[in-house]
Amino acid sequence: MSQTLSNGLFGAIGVVAIAYCLAAIGLNVHFGYTGLLNFGQAGFALVGGYAVAMPVMNWQWSIWATIPVVIVASSVFALLLGIPTLRLRSDYLAIVTIAAAEILRLLVSTPNLKNVTGSTDGINSFTNDIQNSIPGFLKGRTVPLWEKNISDYEMWVMMLGWFLVALFSVVVWALMRSPWGRVLRSIREDEDAARSLGKNVFAYKMTSLVLGGVIGGFGGAILVIGQRNASPGSFQTQFTFLTYAIVVLGGVGKVKGPIVGAMMFWFLITVTDSLLADWTDGSGFQLPTWIMDSSNFSFFRWILVGGGLALLVIFRPQGIFGDKKEQAFDVR
Amino acid sequence: MSADVFADVPCVPGSLKPDPILVADSVRRSFGGLVAVDVEHVEVQRNTITALIGPNGAGKTTFFNLLTGFDEPNVGTWTFNGVSMNGVSPYKAARRGMVRTFQLTKSLSRMTVIENMRLGATDQAGERLWTAPFKFLWRDQEAAITERAEALLERFKLDHMRDEFGGSLSGGQRKLLEMARALMVEPEMVMLDEPMAGVNPALKQSLLEHVKGLKDEGRTVLFVEHDMDMVHEIADWVVVMAEGQIIAEGPPAFVGADQAVIDAYLGAHQNTDLGVTP
Repeated sequence: MSQTLSNGLFGAIGVVAIAYCLAAIGLNVHFGYTGLLNFGQAGFALVGGYAVAMPVMNWQWSIWATIPVVIVASSVFALLLGIPTLRLRSDYLAIVTIAAAEILRLLVSTPNLKNVTGSTDGINSFTNDIQNSIPGFLKGRTVPLWEKNISDYEMWVMMLGWFLVALFSVVVWALMRSPWGRVLRSIREDEDAARSLGKNVFAYKMTSLVLGGVIGGFGGAILVIGQRNASPGSFQTQFTFLTYAIVVLGGVGKVKGPIVGAMMFWFLITVTDSLLADWTDGSGFQLPTWIMDSSNFSFFRWILVGGGLALLVIFRPQGIFGDKKEQAFDVR
Repeated sequence: MSADVFADVPCVPGSLKPDPILVADSVRRSFGGLVAVDVEHVEVQRNTITALIGPNGAGKTTFFNLLTGFDEPNVGTWTFNGVSMNGVSPYKAARRGMVRTFQLTKSLSRMTVIENMRLGATDQAGERLWTAPFKFLWRDQEAAITERAEALLERFKLDHMRDEFGGSLSGGQRKLLEMARALMVEPEMVMLDEPMAGVNPALKQSLLEHVKGLKDEGRTVLFVEHDMDMVHEIADWVVVMAEGQIIAEGPPAFVGADQAVIDAYLGAHQNTDLGVTP
């Protein structure tokens, strides 16, 4: 049991949770504050991840020099998506973003680009600079987390990742309490009203798409660094949908929402995974095999998670931090 | 006083005004085969209250949308303060001093009343991305805006709703909020699309006073309305549209007696007995 819980705890604060948390902070800017239906957050994360891995592998850049590449590449992706669609109704942005994310994923999986993107195997061994930058107090040690041991590399990436989460959360908090954030929220409520009051809605939407996209790009960057591998498999459409689940779980349009949402989500995912593995491994308490066995429990876990999310939106649609009063108004 | 302004203005469609703030020329908008708006010439006199009336489907709201940039005409030119407004996007039209409200109110449901009001203020330093995160750069301006917003809320008797969500207001209160919010922009010209629709009679009287008050502040008002009592009470000049065209213009009393207007509203044969042969 304590093994299960310490796995869950690690899941809640580990690299994957951080990556999804960053993606969720970005998506919260799009969807929670501006009302942009971005269904391609996986695409932004992919752009960020490959913006780190590709220059290191192909041109032997220092990994630190790829930070501006992450920013520029995610911004360019946002501009490409936004220019044709942000003047249209929000449904069109959803269609275009989900398609663009898939196009990118299939593009980097192309065997013809094996030398540049690593195709489906992805890119490995681009993290030497991170390995070498592990500070002295961490180097060579493992950090115990209850019954789980965290390697020095993993711990260092987690520290960098949580620093980014804190940084972007503060940026989002500072922006959203300002009149700038007020304009975003007014666009979410009714963009024609914002226009009639002299706000350049297109420019605000574009800025929001770029800002949230860059944050999502850093999510992808942390993910590939943590996994020491940048491959298309990490950026399937479910990346986007899990990120939506996290945003809704935490509370749409709240700064704390994505952080708590990501931690809770990955805690539950890891705990159920660990428990079900324990109950199907052939020793101790066992579930009847007609329900599930060791070969299919990981699919069953997603059924549980899906059912849980369905219950959440029925009984607490505002998420953990959402305002029940706000939810009471039927918007659109 | 403002009745005198119209003393020399002939009561014909497209008549010239002594000091027009808004001039539209051959503005035409068709949706497929349907010509929604086909206005040859119309002028709106500065610092007066002009009513735009007409039966349902006359093209009044479409004309509003065209003037404020929310829709684009097939052909036509129009100027505001002598400056061409062709192809000017809605937000720029608002910044030039032409602010509109909507027939179906657009109060921002999940924002409080005071936030709705603050949004209306223009040239906010805090609305620029690079200054927004630093509160000390916009704190003073925000305080001034809030003060102005509170004064307006008091005038419109919404001050007790200050911290309520826009979505919790009644239909009439939303109309009031929308008008008050439009005033935060400090527009030269206010364009109200059916300000009285769905407002209870008690609130109606205070809304009328507010609209009159706009003129006293030196603003120009153009409003679309079906409520003839309101038109008679506050309008200085009435423009009548039917089937996309302007069919009559004049002071309220003149327009009410105009045969073209009666025909447009009631049909040209309302007194003739059709179909029944003796």
